[in-house]
Amino acid sequence: MSTLLEVSGVSVSFDGFKAINNLSIQIGEAELRAIIGPNGAGKTTFMDIVTGKTKPDEGYVIWGEKSVSLLDMNESQIAQAGIGRKFQKPTVFEEQTVRENITMALKNPRSPLDLLLNRAAADTEERVRAVSDDIGLTDALDQLSGALSHGQKQWLEIGMLLAQDPRLLLVDEPAAGMSATEREQTTDILVRAAKTRAVVVVEHDMEFVRRLNCKVTVLHQGSVLAEGSLDHVTKNQDVIDVYLGR
Amino acid sequence: MERTFIAKNPSVLWFLLGLSVFTLLVSIFSEAAGSAVISTSFLKTLGKTLCLCLVAIAMDVVWGYCGILSLGHFAFFGIGGYAIGMWLMYARTKDIVVGSLENNILPPTPDEVTTAIGSQIFGVVGSSDFPLIWAFSHSLTLQLLAVVLVPGLLALVFGWLAFRSRVTGVYLSILTQAMTLALSLYLFQNDTGLRGNNGLSGLQNIPGLEAVSQATLSLWFFWASAFALGLGYVFFAWMLAGKFGSVIRAIRDNETRVRFLGYHVETYKLFIFTTTAMIAGIAGALYYPQAGIINPAEIAPIASIYLAVWVAIGGRGRLYGAVIGAVVVSLMSSWFTGGSAPDINLGIYIVKWTDWWLVLLGLTFVAVTLFFPKGIGGLFDLISSRQEKQQ
Ligand SMILES: Nc1ncnc2c1ncn2[C@@H]1O[C@H](COP(=O)(O)OP(=O)(O)OP(=O)(O)O)[C@@H](O)[C@H]1O
Ligand SMILES: [Mg+2]
Repeated sequence: MSTLLEVSGVSVSFDGFKAINNLSIQIGEAELRAIIGPNGAGKTTFMDIVTGKTKPDEGYVIWGEKSVSLLDMNESQIAQAGIGRKFQKPTVFEEQTVRENITMALKNPRSPLDLLLNRAAADTEERVRAVSDDIGLTDALDQLSGALSHGQKQWLEIGMLLAQDPRLLLVDEPAAGMSATEREQTTDILVRAAKTRAVVVVEHDMEFVRRLNCKVTVLHQGSVLAEGSLDHVTKNQDVIDVYLGR
Repeated sequence: MERTFIAKNPSVLWFLLGLSVFTLLVSIFSEAAGSAVISTSFLKTLGKTLCLCLVAIAMDVVWGYCGILSLGHFAFFGIGGYAIGMWLMYARTKDIVVGSLENNILPPTPDEVTTAIGSQIFGVVGSSDFPLIWAFSHSLTLQLLAVVLVPGLLALVFGWLAFRSRVTGVYLSILTQAMTLALSLYLFQNDTGLRGNNGLSGLQNIPGLEAVSQATLSLWFFWASAFALGLGYVFFAWMLAGKFGSVIRAIRDNETRVRFLGYHVETYKLFIFTTTAMIAGIAGALYYPQAGIINPAEIAPIASIYLAVWVAIGGRGRLYGAVIGAVVVSLMSSWFTGGSAPDINLGIYIVKWTDWWLVLLGLTFVAVTLFFPKGIGGLFDLISSRQEKQQ
């Protein structure tokens, strides 16, 4: 499996506190990966670094077969290069409809003039449908997204990611605040998405991670503590100490 | 799915209809049409109000839709006025000068003519030389271009600097206000070449149209203003209708998120800031010939703040809201400050509206912000939601 994203030797400190400490992670093409770790382990910060929100103090972040450095790019360039991100707190545009939210995310040219002058891309409706079917929100297309339930907002956000058709999808705590059935549907969406692209999921809930049935990376104090199958890492003594020891 | 632009934006049709009817009625009752109902000076007030509506919708687009609280858009409006004013003043003074030198025995040399025009225009600031910025004032075409290009360029450069450094929110407002203040202070100086605090005057006289009465001229300007407002309204409505409008509103609500969707937020903001500045310039160029005079006080930061107040009272984020706000507040303002509002005698104290109008306006603004964030335009939501319930 060829490497899609390579993070190596990355460190970040906030006011002297090392949130990420010599972190190295590799994600392969069309891989599904779960990242777990206690609160404050640096999971969200890892995503901030990959998506350009936070610039690391040292280390490399290398992307794609051309091995470009993401550190020289800004957020929108990184997004256009094919990395999509779902935030921990669901952020959809609440005053706009589900359709408008998805349409904005669809992979299309993104300059102001493109948007103003090439209005009616013929296949827009179809593509919006495909996404809304995938996340089960087709009936809600014309609703304001602010009126959706918490779980539906999470799906909409995942749907917006899928609409961008990224090669790598970073998903921060997608199942937070969801009911058991909603969680199952979320797993399905993510597993389906990972068939054609790489998906990295941060999640606290072990049951959820078990259902993803994929390689797991355990973060602790900003670096990798263990990596492997869920059974493998949960047997690791360091991991047990971190999760249960304190 | 395929619905036409008008079907999706019924307010555009209603607005155009209302504007046409209004224009027609005003024309019929104007002095130029032989009626005495609407005096020429009131006609000018109405025409000016239409220009204010145009700059208000520009303000609404930049603030209400895109979330940039610019306190510089009235400066762009003023620049438009100055740009057209320079041609008006130059061309008319030239006509007068040439006319008065005609009777000389020797025909005047071009130099003599220029000096004579110069001393006519710049005599008030003790000079007769043409400053560099008047280089194009002889050409109507070039000054018309300046009406759009100067505000556009200023907005482009200023916006580029500000947005690139990700200055947002109240800091951006302060920065735009500083720009406005700097511009007005600059214009106040006598040696800037724009006649200092005298400003440009006599703008109601259109060179070459001396034979046309002010009543007729004012009607023409009124029509031009109505046309520009209609066009501006349709332009902005069209711009904001589709996905572009979606992105603009998304930037207002959460610009970070829009960045992660892959949109270059700064370019969008710059686009909006610059386009609205150019429209503001056009509005100003139509306004000041009706006002007859422009001076640096017009550009002072307070004017841009008023603009924000109009939009807030009328209702942010809807174009007709800006129009309502501009009409209601500017007309009330001229009624109250014009001395026609009756004073209220409280026995111990006489409320003079000329003094108290600003207080009333300020209180209204606070009340609207606190209790009716959707402004007057929000009333339309109530009506339409009631209709939906009845269906
Ligand atoms: N911008 C910032 N400024 C200061 N400290 C920060 C910043 N961002 C993160 N941190 C700190 O870095 C550490 C790692 O935070 P991070 O959000 O990455 O943790 P996490 O693994 O996502 O935790 P959680 O499971 O609670 O979401 C925390 O101690 C956090 O307080
Ligand atoms: Mg986190």
